[in-house]
Amino acid sequence: MSTTLYKVLQKKKKNILEYWMSLQLSDDGLREDLITNEDLRVQSEELVNALIANLSEASSLDLQAESWDPVIEILGGISITRARQGFSPRETGNFIFTLKESILQVLNEEIKGQPEVLFEESRKINRLMDNLSVITFETFIKGREEVILRQTDEISEISTPVIRVWDGILALPIIGTLDSSRTQVVMESLLQEIVETGSGIAILDISGVPAVDSLVAQHLIKTVSATRLMGAECIISGIRPEIAQTVVHLGIDLSNIITKASLASALAYAFRTLRLEVRKSNIVAPKN
Amino acid sequence: MDRIPILRMGSFLLVTIQVDLYDRLALTLEADLVQMVNKTQARGVLIDISAVSIVDSFMGRIIGNIASMSKILDAETVVVGMQPAVAITLIELGLPLKGVHTALDVEKGMRLLTEMIGTEQPEESEDDDYITD
Repeated sequence: MSTTLYKVLQKKKKNILEYWMSLQLSDDGLREDLITNEDLRVQSEELVNALIANLSEASSLDLQAESWDPVIEILGGISITRARQGFSPRETGNFIFTLKESILQVLNEEIKGQPEVLFEESRKINRLMDNLSVITFETFIKGREEVILRQTDEISEISTPVIRVWDGILALPIIGTLDSSRTQVVMESLLQEIVETGSGIAILDISGVPAVDSLVAQHLIKTVSATRLMGAECIISGIRPEIAQTVVHLGIDLSNIITKASLASALAYAFRTLRLEVRKSNIVAPKN
Repeated sequence: MDRIPILRMGSFLLVTIQVDLYDRLALTLEADLVQMVNKTQARGVLIDISAVSIVDSFMGRIIGNIASMSKILDAETVVVGMQPAVAITLIELGLPLKGVHTALDVEKGMRLLTEMIGTEQPEESEDDDYITD
């Protein structure tokens, strides 16, 4: 590491930060709704300080070296936070690119007279900053993936509630597309609940399923067959006219499955099967 | 050799599988059960598999076979107490056990058999339930 570069940067640390801040603040992609200018300044200052302090200590610009760990850690932290806050890749990228821009600008001002030195130092800075950008992106994408994974888990957990509508009758409203992994979750929770409550009838309400193709139908048939094996009866309700059309056009045979148009009619069927009766009472219910 | 006991309850046969079935045990059960159906002129067979936690395609087939054989001998088969994991496995193996009746527990299975065959709940028969040896 040449001392020239370090000295210049150390001396001009403040200038770099100021220039960088002005670049960031004038950028079109500035997200004042996601991060305040003060926070942005704190983040930037922390990164510049760590970067320049490290340039003095580090004998090499090799990012694999241990001495670079603190810088990478700060950068990774900023990047992951941005991913979670919902910054776009371009905005996150600009964060690090404007830093490069400002360092190069300062270098240019300082070593104007020596084109060869300037070229050499600029190349070094370029290489270093490019590596740092790659790290920023890797952590940014990792952060985004974590967010997506967490959401997927949450959705599959929220969307499979098994409701006990009556003694011996369970209802399971399915909302969203059924894929193999979700069918598995749906099936498991339904069967588990059947064992726990000893319910003889399960109603699978698919009014929240946007479309039924042959795969979804196959998953439904699987669930129904599994409940039958357990010794319970499974009714599919909430089949919309369009879905009925698709099912018939696709040639899917649902004739072995009890299907009802609405949850209400499925419930009525379940009551009949359990020999229960719902009647209007002549006694006036007391008002609370 | 181990055998699964087959109990007679009036015109029904009751089989409770308390161990995980291995292939030979299942084959023996199949043979014994068909013999018993024939011997006792049973009208219904109730198989309780609530303690079975593992099945494979062979086991699934054996259960299906028992049902079909009993059907030929004019007896209905009810399988009761299947564990969720077992049910899912059988479905994934493509064995929906068509022709086998199912119920949640022994009590409901008995009621189902009685309804299907139309006989009254069997009275205490004079001869004891007997076990194959």
